[in-house]
Amino acid sequence: MVKPVYINGMGTVTAQGTHDPERLFGEPVLYDSDAWHAIAPDYRTIIPGSEARRLSTGMKMSIAATKAAMEQAGVEQVDAVITGTGMGCIRDSEKFLRAILDNDEQFLTPTPFIQSTHNSVAGHLARMLACTGYNFTYVHGSNSFASSVIDGLMQLRNGEAEVVLIGGVDELGDHSTELHRRNGHIKGKPVPSAGLLASTTSGTLFGEGAGFFVLSNVKGPATYAELLAAKAWHKTGAEGIEQHVLDFLRENGVTPEDVDAVVLGRNGDGDFDGYYNALSEGLFKQHTQLAYKHHTGEFHTAPTFAMYLVARVLEHDAVPAAYLVKNPPSGTIRTILQYDQYRGVDHNLTLLRKC
Amino acid sequence: MSDLKQELKNKIISQLNLEDVAIEDFEDSTPLFGEGVGLDSIDALELIVMMDKDYGIRLTDPKEGRKVFESVDVMAAYIEEHRTK
Amino acid sequence: MTKGVAVTGMGIISAIGCGVPANLAALREGRSGIGPITWVRTHLEGSVRVGEIAQNDVDLAKQLDHPAKGPHTRTSLLGCLAAEEALRQAGLMNVDRHALGLITATTVGGMDVTEKYFYQYLTSDEHLASIDTLHAGHTGQMMADHLGIVDGFVTTISTACSSASNAIMLGARMIKAGMLDRVLVGGVDCLSKFTLNGFNTLMILSASQNRPFSDDRDGLNLGEAAAYLVLESDASVKARKATPIAYVAGYGNANDAHHQTASSENGDGATAAMLEALRTAGLSPSEIDHINAHGTATPNNDLSEGRAFMRVFGEHVPPFTSTKPYTGHTLAAAGAVEAVFSILAMQHGMVFPTLNFSGGMSEFDLRPTTKLTDMPLSSVLSNSLGFGGNCSSLIIVKA
Repeated sequence: MVKPVYINGMGTVTAQGTHDPERLFGEPVLYDSDAWHAIAPDYRTIIPGSEARRLSTGMKMSIAATKAAMEQAGVEQVDAVITGTGMGCIRDSEKFLRAILDNDEQFLTPTPFIQSTHNSVAGHLARMLACTGYNFTYVHGSNSFASSVIDGLMQLRNGEAEVVLIGGVDELGDHSTELHRRNGHIKGKPVPSAGLLASTTSGTLFGEGAGFFVLSNVKGPATYAELLAAKAWHKTGAEGIEQHVLDFLRENGVTPEDVDAVVLGRNGDGDFDGYYNALSEGLFKQHTQLAYKHHTGEFHTAPTFAMYLVARVLEHDAVPAAYLVKNPPSGTIRTILQYDQYRGVDHNLTLLRKC
Repeated sequence: MSDLKQELKNKIISQLNLEDVAIEDFEDSTPLFGEGVGLDSIDALELIVMMDKDYGIRLTDPKEGRKVFESVDVMAAYIEEHRTK
Repeated sequence: MTKGVAVTGMGIISAIGCGVPANLAALREGRSGIGPITWVRTHLEGSVRVGEIAQNDVDLAKQLDHPAKGPHTRTSLLGCLAAEEALRQAGLMNVDRHALGLITATTVGGMDVTEKYFYQYLTSDEHLASIDTLHAGHTGQMMADHLGIVDGFVTTISTACSSASNAIMLGARMIKAGMLDRVLVGGVDCLSKFTLNGFNTLMILSASQNRPFSDDRDGLNLGEAAAYLVLESDASVKARKATPIAYVAGYGNANDAHHQTASSENGDGATAAMLEALRTAGLSPSEIDHINAHGTATPNNDLSEGRAFMRVFGEHVPPFTSTKPYTGHTLAAAGAVEAVFSILAMQHGMVFPTLNFSGGMSEFDLRPTTKLTDMPLSSVLSNSLGFGGNCSSLIIVKA
């Protein structure tokens, strides 16, 4: 008997202010700039001041999201903490590197160095939760979160753990954002967020955020959905994506007709949205289609929001208007497929079901 | 000497980012580590850098640093004796 | 019945040589690779010694079997070299590798390039393509492309000093779960101004040579290295009649949950990781023939780790050694470097010495092996204990 895996608690911090769960089904916050900071919760009510003094944005977002997820799941302890981040605590990295370069290596202080290590968030969460169990951090671009999902699923399916915290976080760094303008990963000419999905120019618009989830074999007081499967791989041509999806669905005993909706990581980058078009105009042409990066911005761990969105849709059996792209749902939404990639690599799929 | 102590208190608060602490909140004799102001070993490393940068005092042993950083009183006395800036 | 997950190839480049044979020779001859800094421009040049790899980036690129299609960093070049050796040894260099898995590890990533061009990126167009190297996962992506991996599972782990051990652990778990057939696992880090200065601010660098488990130890020497193993499922080994060189029998990861950079006094995390490794291997402490310790020679680690040995092994701590006086502390590569050394120890029936030992610690009677010692070994436990309290142990057994 395959052990089920449920999402029992979730927390997010994003440019849409979704730490407040009411925001998802409301009017989206619209942006005109090319890099969107997350709307922060009041951290003073979440993190003691004496602790908060050293914490980076990414760290604070992660703590807030984790606390929300743990509370919803009704647990105080987890067996494992598995996080993903594309750039880590980039602001501290930039701070330390600037200090090295500007002061010719003199008078360097340790805090930004310590904070800049990629597993500082997972380490902090372990101390915060007094969790001495398995603790991993994945730093593989836009498969960082997918790797933590795959690992978490493995832990729970194979009896290596009973309750697992997984999550992802990325923060905007001033310098690295500017570098991504310089190399065209950010659009040369900003497009208003409302128009991002229709854009065909190169590049996208950036954001930041965190999403954390408590997974368990056993349902909790607020269970959102069942996590059925996840897959990640290095790269593929746009013409190969349909086969990957069909193989994934088949491996999990699901046909394209069984899928009620798809959530795609479309980000308005004319050079790479072709991957999503192959699905939205092909295999899933008639399906309910959602997207989210026009509201969260693009960042390596943006797929944490995709999971949040999918789980909320399954919970309410309704699609928030702001995230619906095409084909409003006509019946109960039971099974949702999520797909993401970034600049042609780091492809990932997840399958979730109503429970 | 009391100017130096005021200066030290201000530096401790700003450098260690003690957002919720005001200069009146602790005495010159209050223990800085553990129970008193609540600093930890990473703060000690930060203070070692401050001693070098602002007062020209090089502390090479972190354990020596802990003794010097016992309180604002002890720090001020040490700085008065050893400063080169 | 099965001993564990089969290892069918290994590759390494470190301060003591390029390739497994060169590393073995240095280990046997007691030749340390710790020396002055040559490649990184830093004011720490005169005051700290490191385990630096002899080749510069141009040399490294020339040694690869195929041209290095960039943008590359020193980290990705080292990774490609070690990975190629592992694949060659496994007999997988001339096969289609599109579905091969790669689980790599790094803490530095492309920082060697970032720190060179950090400001130049803003004012000149010359190196803009290298901005891709900013995120740590880029190293693994470059390696995947170089090695011809397409739809294989590729990921990067970054848990400080335990990273490569964790990569090996994940690979073994995924093979046991039937999710992968063949996977390259390991890690790589190069020296950089960022890391050298970072560790210097923590005041844990040695003023000379690292002396693990010595009473007057004064800190670590940083090093750079890359090391990879090829792990394969039993079915894959059987199908292509491969010859395993060792087996990953057990693994454990636990968190100290104590401090950002220091280990708990009594080595709680290390103890838990070792016990978990024994449990997954189905072995009792008395069945471990040798320990390759984390042994960084910081006052904190060696005390904490030594205490953990006593908690796990009681009165009968097996012969243990730290090979960090040879290579330096290679951060994210350490777990894989030391897995390679553990396999060599078993293949050749010898315990490599802990160089520079200058007298035992006063806190306990434990003493590391200090001379090259012939000893048949069937099992080795290897520890890698990192920042963020991340503690990992691997148990590797003889083929």
